[in-house]
Amino acid sequence: MDGRVVEELSRIVGTEWTYTAEHQLRTYESDGLLQYRGTPACALLPSTAEEVQAIVQVCARESIPWVARGAGSGLSGGALPVKDGVLIVLTRMKRILEIDLDNGRVCVEPGVTNANVSAAVGPAFFYPPDPSSQIVCSIGGNVAENSGGAHCFKYGFTTNYVTGLELVLGDGELVQIGGYELDSPGYDLLGAFVGSEGTLGVATKIWLRVVPSPETVKTLVAFFDSTHAAGEAVSQIVQGGVVPGAIEMMDARTIEASEQMAHAGYPVGRAAALLVELDGSQHECDARFDEVVSICEGCGSDDVRVARDEAERALFWKTRKAAFPAMGRISPNYFVQDGVIPRTKLPEVLERIEQLGEEYGLIVANVFHAGDGNLHPLVCYDGRVEGEAERAEELSGLILDACLDAGGSITGEHGVGVDKKKHMPKMFAEADLDAFQRLRCAFDPAGLANPGKVMPTPRLCGEVPGPYRVHPLEAAGLAERF
Amino acid sequence: MLKGFQRPVRPVGGGTKRWLPVREEEPLETGALNRILEHNVGDFTAVLEAGVPFAEAQRTFAEHGQRIAWDPPDPGGATVGGIVATADSGPLRHRYGGVRDLVVGINVVLSDGTVAKAGGKVIKNVAGYDLAKLFAGSFGTLGLIGSVAVRLHPLPERTASVVIEHHNPDQLLEEVLTLSRRPLEADKFDVTWSGGHGRILLEFSGASAVDQAGRVGQVSDVDWGEVRGLQRGAVVVKVSGRPTDLPKVIRAADDHSGTLVSRAGLGLTWIALQSADSVAAIRAELAPRHCTVLDGADTGQWPQDVPGHVVMERLKARFDPARIFRPGSFVGGI
Repeated sequence: MDGRVVEELSRIVGTEWTYTAEHQLRTYESDGLLQYRGTPACALLPSTAEEVQAIVQVCARESIPWVARGAGSGLSGGALPVKDGVLIVLTRMKRILEIDLDNGRVCVEPGVTNANVSAAVGPAFFYPPDPSSQIVCSIGGNVAENSGGAHCFKYGFTTNYVTGLELVLGDGELVQIGGYELDSPGYDLLGAFVGSEGTLGVATKIWLRVVPSPETVKTLVAFFDSTHAAGEAVSQIVQGGVVPGAIEMMDARTIEASEQMAHAGYPVGRAAALLVELDGSQHECDARFDEVVSICEGCGSDDVRVARDEAERALFWKTRKAAFPAMGRISPNYFVQDGVIPRTKLPEVLERIEQLGEEYGLIVANVFHAGDGNLHPLVCYDGRVEGEAERAEELSGLILDACLDAGGSITGEHGVGVDKKKHMPKMFAEADLDAFQRLRCAFDPAGLANPGKVMPTPRLCGEVPGPYRVHPLEAAGLAERF
Repeated sequence: MLKGFQRPVRPVGGGTKRWLPVREEEPLETGALNRILEHNVGDFTAVLEAGVPFAEAQRTFAEHGQRIAWDPPDPGGATVGGIVATADSGPLRHRYGGVRDLVVGINVVLSDGTVAKAGGKVIKNVAGYDLAKLFAGSFGTLGLIGSVAVRLHPLPERTASVVIEHHNPDQLLEEVLTLSRRPLEADKFDVTWSGGHGRILLEFSGASAVDQAGRVGQVSDVDWGEVRGLQRGAVVVKVSGRPTDLPKVIRAADDHSGTLVSRAGLGLTWIALQSADSVAAIRAELAPRHCTVLDGADTGQWPQDVPGHVVMERLKARFDPARIFRPGSFVGGI
C-alpha cells in the first residue's frame, strides 16, 4: 500500500493506534481458525464511529479492501485480513452508551463483549444469545455472524435481538437503521445485515433487546448407553411440548476429554450425556421438570443428576463448554464442524459420521446443540503426520455432505467465512448465489468490505444502470465480473 | 413467465388486505400455489407454497398438536404468502416474534425470471444472506414469494388470560412497565383503549397456565379474535414506538376519537380512526415515531424520510431491475 495512504490513515486514528510492524500485525493475522493467515498492510484501532467512517472513506477512494474485526474469536476465518488491505479493529470501541430497561433496550459500541451486555443489565435482565466464547467475543462480531449459543433453541439468535444499527457502508456513508423501535418502515435492512459476515459494511453502534431474567432455572445431566437413546429422549422432550432453555449432547469421547478438564465426576465410558435446562416461571419449570426426568429414565438413562445449586449448575455448564479446549488434550489438532440437520435425522447422521471416521482412521468426537440439530463434530488429527490434516479436512467435508443429504445446512452459527465458502455451491445453486450477490451489491457496490468471504468465487457488481467500467479488482486480476 | 413482462404486476394472495392501494397493476394471483409441500412433524418445520390459505395450514398443523405461532387478523382466506409479504402479525408476536423471526427459508421469483432460494429447512442456519427477512414485509415490491419454510411450535395444552382495567393512561403505563419487568413469560401482552377505557390483556400458556395467570390477576375470558380485530378498520395507523410512548399514543388516539390496540411490551400500536383526515395530525403529534397508514390510504401510506432509503433503492434496482413489481408503491416511492 502507498506509504502516503498509510500516513493518512494513521492521522485518523493516531500513530499509537496504527500498527504496521510485522510483530504488531502478527496478533491479527488470523481469527479463532488458525489455519488461515493473512497479513494486512496495517491494522487500525479507531475509537469513534467518525474515525471508522473516515477510514472506510479513504479505502473507498483508494479502492483498498478492508476487513472489520472484533475479538477475533470467530471459527470460520471471517475476520481473516486481506493481504495488503486494511484491518479495522474495533476493540477500543467498548462503551455501553445507554441502558433503558423500561423499554428493554441497551445501546452499545461494537467492541463490547457479549458477557458485558448481560452484566450491564443484570441480574434482573439479561441478553439471551450466548456463544461459548461470550466472555471474550464482541457484539459487533456477534452481529456479523448472527451468533447463536446453547440457549438459542428457546430464545433465538442475535438477529432476533438486534433492533437498530448505525452502519458505515462500503462507500463510507454513515446510516442508522432501526433503533429503539421495532418495524422501521421499508425493507428489513437489519435482517439483511445481521449475519452478513462483515461483507455489507461495519456496525459502529448497536441497539439490542434485553429481557427479564427467568424466575427459575433447573438443570440436569442424564447419561445414556447410546447416543440413539439420548436422541430419542430429546425427541420426546421436544415433541411433548416442552421448549427447554437448552438441550445439549456430548458423546463418549467428549465426556472423557471434558471430564479431565472440568472434574465434574462424570462417568467415563458412558456413550452419551444429555444436559437439559428448563428456565422460566417457577410453576412451569416445576411442572415440566419431572416430565423431563421421567422421559430420560424411560429412554434408558439410569443416571440422572439434578443440579442442586448454582455451583453445580455452573459445573455442568463448565463441562459442556470445556468440550472444545479439552479436545486439545486427547488430540494434537482438530477441525470443528458446524453442520445442522433436522433433529429427527440425528441417529442416521451420527451413524454416518461414525462410519466415515472408521473409514478414514480418524477419531471424530461429537458435541452438539441437540434441540436445534446443530452438530459440532470435532475431527481429530495429528498435524505432524504427513497427509493427516488433508485427510481430516476431506472427512470434514464429507460430514457436511451428510448434513446436506439429510436436508440440513453447512453452518448453524460459526458462519461461512473463508472456511466453508467452497461448500456453498453444494447448498445453493448459481441462481441463489446470484441473488445473494444482488444484496451484497446494494450495500457495498465496490465490493471492498471483507472480500473473499461467504461467496465461493469472487464476484463484482455490475453497474445498475450505466456503462461498463473496469473495476480496480478486475484490472488487478483479482476478481471476475459478475 | 415473468421474463420479458413489461407491465407492473401486483402479487395477490387471498385479497384480504384492503390497504394495498390498487394502481394500474396486473394482479399476479398465487391461488394455484396452494400445496403444503412438507410438514416435518418431528422437526417442527413446514414448507408451504405462498397461496396456501393460512387457516388451512394451521388446521393441518393442529392435527399434530402444532402451529405457526402467527395470529394476524384473518377475515378468512388470508394466505401464507400474503402474511409474509406484509409482515402481518397478531398478539402472539409478543412471545414468538414477527413473521421475520419464524421464516427459515424462502423461494422467490424475480422480474428477470430468476428463481432463487435462501435459508433452508432447519431452524438454525447462517449459510448465505438472509433474503427471507428482506422479502418479509417487502409488500410485493422485490419479487414474487413462491414458497416459505417456517418453524413451528407446539400448540399449548392450556391457556389462561387476565384482564386489568385502567382508565388513566399514565397509571396504565406504570402497570405495563411493572409487568414488563417481571419474568412472566406471557404469550400475549396487549393494551386496548377505547373511549376513555383501557384494558391490559395477558395470556399465558403451558401446563401451569392458570397458576401463571393467577399471579398477575383474576383469570378471565378474553376474545382474542376481537382484540386482534382492532388492527383493522376504516383507517388504521400503525405506530412504531417504544413501550413508554403509550400515554402519548393513547392521548393522540383519544383526541381523534380513535380506538387502539398496542403490543405493550413491543411498543407497536394500531390506531383505528374514523377518517383519513386525522392522519396528518397524528403523525405530527407522534413525531419522530414512524406512523404507517395500513387500512384506508390511497396515498401517503408511508412515512417520509426513512433512514437507509439509499440502500432500499439499490435493493429495488438489483432485485427488480425491470421495475415491474408494484413500482412506486413502497416507502419513498420505491
